[in-house]
Amino acid sequence: MSLPPLRRPAPTRTGFECDPAFVAGQFAAGVAVLVAAIAVASALPRLPWGLVDPLLVLIGSHPVINALIKALTVTVFVTVHVIFLIWLERKFAGWMQARLGPMHVGWKGALQTIADAVKLLMKEDIIPTRADRILFIAAPFLTFMPTLLTFMVLPFSEKWVAYDFPLGILFVLAVTTNISLGTLAAGWGANNKYSLLGGARACAQVLSYEIPMAVAMLSVVTLEGTMSLTEIVKHQQHGWNIIAHAPVMIPAFLIFMVCGLAELNRTPFDLPEAESELVSGFHTEYSGMRFAFFYLGEFAANFFTAGLAVTLFFGGWLGPWLPAPIWFGIKTIAVVTLFMWIKWTVPRLRVDQMMGFCWKFLVPASVVVFCATAVWVMVAGS
Amino acid sequence: MTAMQPAVGASTSSDMTINLGPQHPSTHGVLRLMVALDGEYVKSCRPVVGYLHRGLERMMAARPYRQSVPFTDRLDYCASLNSNLAISQAIERIGGMAVPERAQYLRVMLCEMNRIASHLIFFGTYAADIGATTAFLYAFRERERLLDLLEAYTGARLTCNWIRPGGVASDMPEGYAQAVCAFLDGFLKELDAYDTLLTGNPIFRVRTEGVGIISPEKAIAYGASGPVLRGSGVNIDLRRTEPYDAYPRTQFDVPLRTEGDCLARYLVRVEEMRQSARIIRQCLREMPEGEHWGKQPKVFRPAAGEAYSRTESPRGELSIYLVSDGTANPVRVRVRGPSFVHLSMLPELVRGVKVADMIAILGSLDTVLGEVDR
Repeated sequence: MSLPPLRRPAPTRTGFECDPAFVAGQFAAGVAVLVAAIAVASALPRLPWGLVDPLLVLIGSHPVINALIKALTVTVFVTVHVIFLIWLERKFAGWMQARLGPMHVGWKGALQTIADAVKLLMKEDIIPTRADRILFIAAPFLTFMPTLLTFMVLPFSEKWVAYDFPLGILFVLAVTTNISLGTLAAGWGANNKYSLLGGARACAQVLSYEIPMAVAMLSVVTLEGTMSLTEIVKHQQHGWNIIAHAPVMIPAFLIFMVCGLAELNRTPFDLPEAESELVSGFHTEYSGMRFAFFYLGEFAANFFTAGLAVTLFFGGWLGPWLPAPIWFGIKTIAVVTLFMWIKWTVPRLRVDQMMGFCWKFLVPASVVVFCATAVWVMVAGS
Repeated sequence: MTAMQPAVGASTSSDMTINLGPQHPSTHGVLRLMVALDGEYVKSCRPVVGYLHRGLERMMAARPYRQSVPFTDRLDYCASLNSNLAISQAIERIGGMAVPERAQYLRVMLCEMNRIASHLIFFGTYAADIGATTAFLYAFRERERLLDLLEAYTGARLTCNWIRPGGVASDMPEGYAQAVCAFLDGFLKELDAYDTLLTGNPIFRVRTEGVGIISPEKAIAYGASGPVLRGSGVNIDLRRTEPYDAYPRTQFDVPLRTEGDCLARYLVRVEEMRQSARIIRQCLREMPEGEHWGKQPKVFRPAAGEAYSRTESPRGELSIYLVSDGTANPVRVRVRGPSFVHLSMLPELVRGVKVADMIAILGSLDTVLGEVDR
């Protein structure tokens, strides 16, 4: 008896073999972006700044204009680097999940984020009728502003810091706490039950994890004897904290990283926006640019937390050959990638497990590390 | 307004009634759960079904017996071939048709391939329910390769409509056995990797271990079947206890766990994929030459009477009951689906657990709404 014709030929290639060309392409793309970034950044100091310098000094000496220029620079940087970070995240996720990620807009999808931003800008601005209008409108900015403020004290190099605040760490701790205010406002203001649950979760989570994170940061302060972020980096001239003081700083760094994940609402701590439970949590009702602000804040916070980790533990901008901000960028992107790696690997904790992990493990552990640091300083000092 | 109130549990002012679905990321279809929450705790849950009701049983009863096979594709759309098998067996029983031996092997092979595809959906969506998106995409990659194979044979990826009363629609295409074997080789390797990614993950463990425990007594009382029943330590697999087609001639283990929690049901399904691969290999090796299609009457008018077929679908016992009055159309077609039974356990299982656990429990029951609503 004759066989009916095949609709499609039986697949011969099993497809399990890794495609070297694809992997090489992805890798080359990453390297090319890195090289381009380095080239641009190293060309910057070579530009004839000398010609504009007197003008800059003249304008910059006025305190208000000086502050305005700094504020503008920080804002532009935060907005622009997020475009790159989102692309990186999507590419990285694609790489981990055996798919391509964005490919169509621009080279390897590099302009995808810009296209998305344009789309979000053109979307209808929807405010639910029963929402608390003031809170609903304020929430994205309440979330984004503290993140923006933290960039003020983040040292990209000895000179590249908007405001070298002597109490930098205290400032960071004080400002980042306010992020939970925004998420709570979003959760409450949207008048949506998923949002409310997400907002409540976010608030509980951020406030709880702030404590071990602060204690871990205080360990560094104890070690360095200063709260200024630039001073902390300068003290690491002869060895990064995580290497020079490994016995106490490695545990402190791990606690900091775990708390950082929780502060950023990333898996395994993405409970506030747990997709399978709460649709998208506190920002369920947001669309268009209001949603974009949450996204912007989230990714900017990502970069900031990574930058803070680099500053506290990995010698900030210090490094040979390359200009200081480049070193800072490379290290920070490496930590950001670590965040992404964790995010795309692990499942999500349950709310009681998340709280229990913080209060029953991280808080005691951070206190132990803090005390150990004090002993370490005493021993090393004598 | 009374319809909006949860069915069980006293409602107080601090309760919040929340509707999960019918459009919700974790309900795997158009299931609606009316949940009364007290903070993060579930006080009561009422599943609302019927959004996908198409009257399939009546539609099947309204036409000649053999035309009802395509409707079964739409029952459990994740495992259409297993549903095809259930109706084909019922029709064969009521009409006294014989199935050639080669067709029996082909049927078992197809059913087990579809079982793997179905369990892969479970694996992926369950990982996504727990929050691990990467495992989800890996599972769908494997499933895609399997669906390519099914398409190469049956011409369809999802609604295969290939197992017919009296046999299967056609024999395997040339080179198909090799393609299936090549897939299985790679699949088992990949499955081990996924296992490492998810099963061993401590977060996955704490999310599933001891969550949604179903005691063997409760499982039996509700009429649970398939991996849900075997996850509770009751060793009933219709492929073993009431073997049909080529199953009596194949060697395979029935995975059994006694914990009865979400993890047990998950582990049973993962192990079943390995056993399915084993069965497929045996089928390909031992398949005799011959016809794929038994002798068929031109006009099919079975004598008045009834027939009942029980099959082990990926989700559990899928049975079909047929009543004939001697005419060309059945008087009654009744589908007994596992998903509906398992969904009926949900309100009891989720009372007092947290929202996240409810999602984990719902996912572990692995219901398909096409078969719940029919």
